[in-house]
Amino acid sequence: MEVGIVGYGVYIPLYRIKVEEIAKVWGADAERIKRGLFLEEKSVPGPDEDTATIAVEAARNAVKRAGINPQDIGAIYVGSESHPYAVKPTATIVAEAIEATPDLTAADYEFACKAGTAGIQTCMGMVGAGMIKYGMAIGADTAQGAPGDPLEYTASAGGGAVIVGKDGSQCLAAIEDTYSYTTDTPDFWRREMRPYPKHGGRFTGKPAYFKHVLSAAHGLLRKLQLAPQDFTYAVFHQPNGKFPLQAGKELGFTKEQIMSGLLTPKIGNTYSGASMIGLAAILDQAKPGDRILVVSFGSGAGSDAFSILVRDGIEAKRDAAPMVADYINLKINVDYATYTKFRQLLVR
Amino acid sequence: MGVPRFWREIPNRYNLIGTRCGTCNKIFFPPRYICPSCRRTGKLEPYKLGGKGKIVSYTVTYVAPNGFEDQAPYVMAIIELDEGPKLTAQVTDCSPGQVRIGDRVEMVFRRMGQEGEDGPIYYGYKFRLA
Repeated sequence: MEVGIVGYGVYIPLYRIKVEEIAKVWGADAERIKRGLFLEEKSVPGPDEDTATIAVEAARNAVKRAGINPQDIGAIYVGSESHPYAVKPTATIVAEAIEATPDLTAADYEFACKAGTAGIQTCMGMVGAGMIKYGMAIGADTAQGAPGDPLEYTASAGGGAVIVGKDGSQCLAAIEDTYSYTTDTPDFWRREMRPYPKHGGRFTGKPAYFKHVLSAAHGLLRKLQLAPQDFTYAVFHQPNGKFPLQAGKELGFTKEQIMSGLLTPKIGNTYSGASMIGLAAILDQAKPGDRILVVSFGSGAGSDAFSILVRDGIEAKRDAAPMVADYINLKINVDYATYTKFRQLLVR
Repeated sequence: MGVPRFWREIPNRYNLIGTRCGTCNKIFFPPRYICPSCRRTGKLEPYKLGGKGKIVSYTVTYVAPNGFEDQAPYVMAIIELDEGPKLTAQVTDCSPGQVRIGDRVEMVFRRMGQEGEDGPIYYGYKFRLA
């Protein structure tokens, strides 16, 4: 397709809450939950953070790594299910904060946890068609889980940004191809004016996550005539730590191929950020020539699969911005009371 | 704060765009439009500050104004930027006990406030320990 990744960046908030802290409040068995979800703790946004601030930090890191003039960015798409405004695009705030305005197009996307990768596909099309020089796609969220709902253990905050450009010496990775699989599957939703999403419990598994992730991955492998052993790494959307390992196993990937991009056990499910931060963690350590499979999943439901081939340019750009591990290792753990204050769950 | 006033200040608040006098090279933040030294011979032009500096002094706010209660206690500091100008900003992502005069800080993009539940959200610079 002759498009590639020119730069990438992530942001993960400083604060964390452990499964034990949440389980204690609801009288649940923390060890069982940790085993069941394969998760230790999740990231928590600070009281002055939201999807826009997370998206801006990730975007600034991506621009640093790309080393491009932000005025050359012709499109910005921000995918999220927790945009701070119902009407007023987060993408405009990001565009202004990275000094890409005013000669660009910008919009917000929403497709549960895969809105960020939908943005990558849009940018691929626009760059490939010659409409723009560079396009930026961001997946960022401050995910909402109702107090006491199983989602509360996983719904976290973070974001990833990718700058797409023509494949060439400037690229740190080529995007070989993409394939999407979409159906009308009501596994998880949030109605207008409602603060928290609802979900179909176990229905979110087999007919939703697994059906779409596996179908998208199979579709891409078939299209490119590739097999799991042709990939060095694979990253799947990670609503918990268990699903991506199970999906990878069913596709024929080994645990070693998946573990580098599996971050949910340490930061929870960053929703739109999840597969993009997973990809970034892999790019942080990949070598030129490595091939990466990325499969996102958004409830409702759909999956976008990408085959990414790492280029020589990765070595020169990698250290230009903080890595995923830098953000994961820098943390402050908070108790449930502080968490509820930060999330504005307390009523005065 | 009115929407137009905030909108006018977006370049300063999002990206620390100040001004520099082309005659004496002095840098100003917030931006000045007349150089106090060079007066009418001054040539002021936009200048982007790097967002790194050190804490010159600070105070801890325990009794916060409306809208900031969830962040108390928080640190407000006078920060000297590497290019010279000093500004007042909140030091976020830290507890008051962590902050010392002379600490290095870097700019981050954060929510500054909002006009109630229905009004606009204001974003801008805060700093965190580097």
